[in-house]
Amino acid sequence: MTAPSAWARFAVRALLGTGGVLAVAGLWEAYKALGPDTGVVVHGVVVLPRTTDMAMPHVWDMLHKFSQPVNIFSGHQTVGSAVLDACVFSLKLAATGWLIGVVVGFALAVLMARFRLAESAMLPWIVLSQTVPLIAIAPLVRRWGSQIHIGGWTWTSENSVAVIAAYLAFFPVAVGALRGLRSPDATHLDLMHAYGVGWWRGLVKLRLPASVPYLLPALRLAAASAVIGTVVAEVSIGLRGGVGRMIIEYAQSAGGDPAKPWAPIFGAIGVGLVAAGAVGLIGLLLRPYRRGEAS
Amino acid sequence: MKPTSNRRRRGAIVAVLALVLAAVLAACGSSNDDSGASGSKKLTPVKLQLQWVAQAQFAGYYAAVAKGYYKDEGLDVQIVEGGPDIVPIDALSAGDVDYAISWVPKVLGSIEAGAKVTDVAQVFERSATTQISFKDKGIAGPADLKGKKVGSWGYGNEWELFAGMQKAGVTLKDISLVQQAFDMNGFLAGDIDAAQAMTYNEYAQVLETKNPKTGKLYTPDDLNVINWNDVGTSMLQDAIWAPTDKLSDSKFADETVKFIKGSIKGWVYVRDHPEDAAKIVTSAGSKLGESHQLWMTNEVNKLIWPSTGGAGMIDENAWKQTVDIALGTKNDQGKTIITKAPPSTAYSNEYVQKALDELKAEGVDVMGTGFKPMDVTLKEGGA
Repeated sequence: MTAPSAWARFAVRALLGTGGVLAVAGLWEAYKALGPDTGVVVHGVVVLPRTTDMAMPHVWDMLHKFSQPVNIFSGHQTVGSAVLDACVFSLKLAATGWLIGVVVGFALAVLMARFRLAESAMLPWIVLSQTVPLIAIAPLVRRWGSQIHIGGWTWTSENSVAVIAAYLAFFPVAVGALRGLRSPDATHLDLMHAYGVGWWRGLVKLRLPASVPYLLPALRLAAASAVIGTVVAEVSIGLRGGVGRMIIEYAQSAGGDPAKPWAPIFGAIGVGLVAAGAVGLIGLLLRPYRRGEAS
Repeated sequence: MKPTSNRRRRGAIVAVLALVLAAVLAACGSSNDDSGASGSKKLTPVKLQLQWVAQAQFAGYYAAVAKGYYKDEGLDVQIVEGGPDIVPIDALSAGDVDYAISWVPKVLGSIEAGAKVTDVAQVFERSATTQISFKDKGIAGPADLKGKKVGSWGYGNEWELFAGMQKAGVTLKDISLVQQAFDMNGFLAGDIDAAQAMTYNEYAQVLETKNPKTGKLYTPDDLNVINWNDVGTSMLQDAIWAPTDKLSDSKFADETVKFIKGSIKGWVYVRDHPEDAAKIVTSAGSKLGESHQLWMTNEVNKLIWPSTGGAGMIDENAWKQTVDIALGTKNDQGKTIITKAPPSTAYSNEYVQKALDELKAEGVDVMGTGFKPMDVTLKEGGA
């Protein structure tokens, strides 16, 4: 691989990425211009949305909204900077959740890889845990958490949101890492055996490096899950400061100011992209181990 | 394995560890900064659970905090905001908070299910729930709802509507019931003929929207409003609830009187200074626009003032009407809110009476006989 071709590939990728975003915006405006005002209705079911300004604001109106002030009292803060603040807040919670999820998920995977019994006992529960609706556990986590006081430290709603994000994030890591730790060839394992290496040494020297190609996609999935968990939990318990709460607050203006509710939604998308990008950086650092990953 | 590749790997691992550590530190740093509250001594900490996020609906409590009325009573009140999935009475029963704001009919269901809570002050004397429709639909009263698409949020917000329909002889089979979202887009787009609207919120949302036909904002002249207070099927809304068991403790009973006292003083401030009150709520973190916030403050004032028996007093007849509707109104599944009358502990005027007596002695006007609402002009989008 030579340097110029790498740059060229990067340029092509960047162009394709921008093109993709522009294509979505173009499609939105094209449907808005050409589609019927009442939307496309088949047998009384709306299959395509209405094209009124209220249902589908113009792309430029939505973008313009970012430069407008939030309200009179907020001084000169614009919607854009308010959304940015909220994104940073949510991103921090999502990162905390992701980290807890990764640590817990990986620990579970190691445990399950070491003991078959642990796998049979835990894996069904791990899968089952993801079938519990998030909005059902969010208020519960907050309630249980609020009973916790350790010394001068008390549980906050921020902690609840991070735990809920972790609850979603640990799953792909646990499953992905388990597959990864199980992935070394039998011949390699036999070699370790022949060397008389203990299980832990084998874990560090053989299983961990081998798990990287499985782990990286799992980490990316976990990042996306953590962001979703954070936003939904924020909506659910009304935690102030994040994008989730902003979505319900701005939804109020859906009638009078239809472009406004879209601002925090774009913010949430931004948080997801940044989270996925950050995990991509980890992938760069682990490149020497990535031989087998199909990406 | 060559030593160079080993070294490179070790470098990569160190880098990853450093990244992880940095993330941990960032996360820890963020969760600690809300510690270190007020430095004042001897104040009793009190937590109040709201039923929604900060907005002028709760202006009186925010004003009481901002103006130091709770502090004057020796209380350090922390307001806990609600959210879509937060049930205030659950938070109260679990002991997370000392008091909670909730609608009476919603709590009556919880009481029958075993919650031991008492309505210690009925802050809103009147109901703010209405059913609004555009004039051309010809819906002037509940009887006209027949054959129409009627919106409701559900989750306990539907009972005044159902009771009003039942009173007018309209059954649920006569209408098509539409699940309404948080915004009024369904109503504005014509998916709903008659939509549920709080006078202080959704009604204003419609008036903040441009009529595509005229290019100007909708006006009250464009709308028919069914007000359940007029129909006679209104139910009691925002009340202060306290845990029944704790009230037998004389210290908590005193604290309750003080809390009600501070709250009523807050609402008196909102009545006399609606514009400042709206600003207090906005600086407490509400994201509503200026004209919308002021509208809400003004409409909420109308629910309290002028007061018939002194702000916060629970009117026996209004309570009875609420309970009767809760017992006698069936929803789409044929269920009622409650099946038997609530226990006598469900409400008590003991504490609010004491609070009102003390306030009167201090010369505070708790009746608001001369209350005159403002004329609030809404701007597009509530800005």
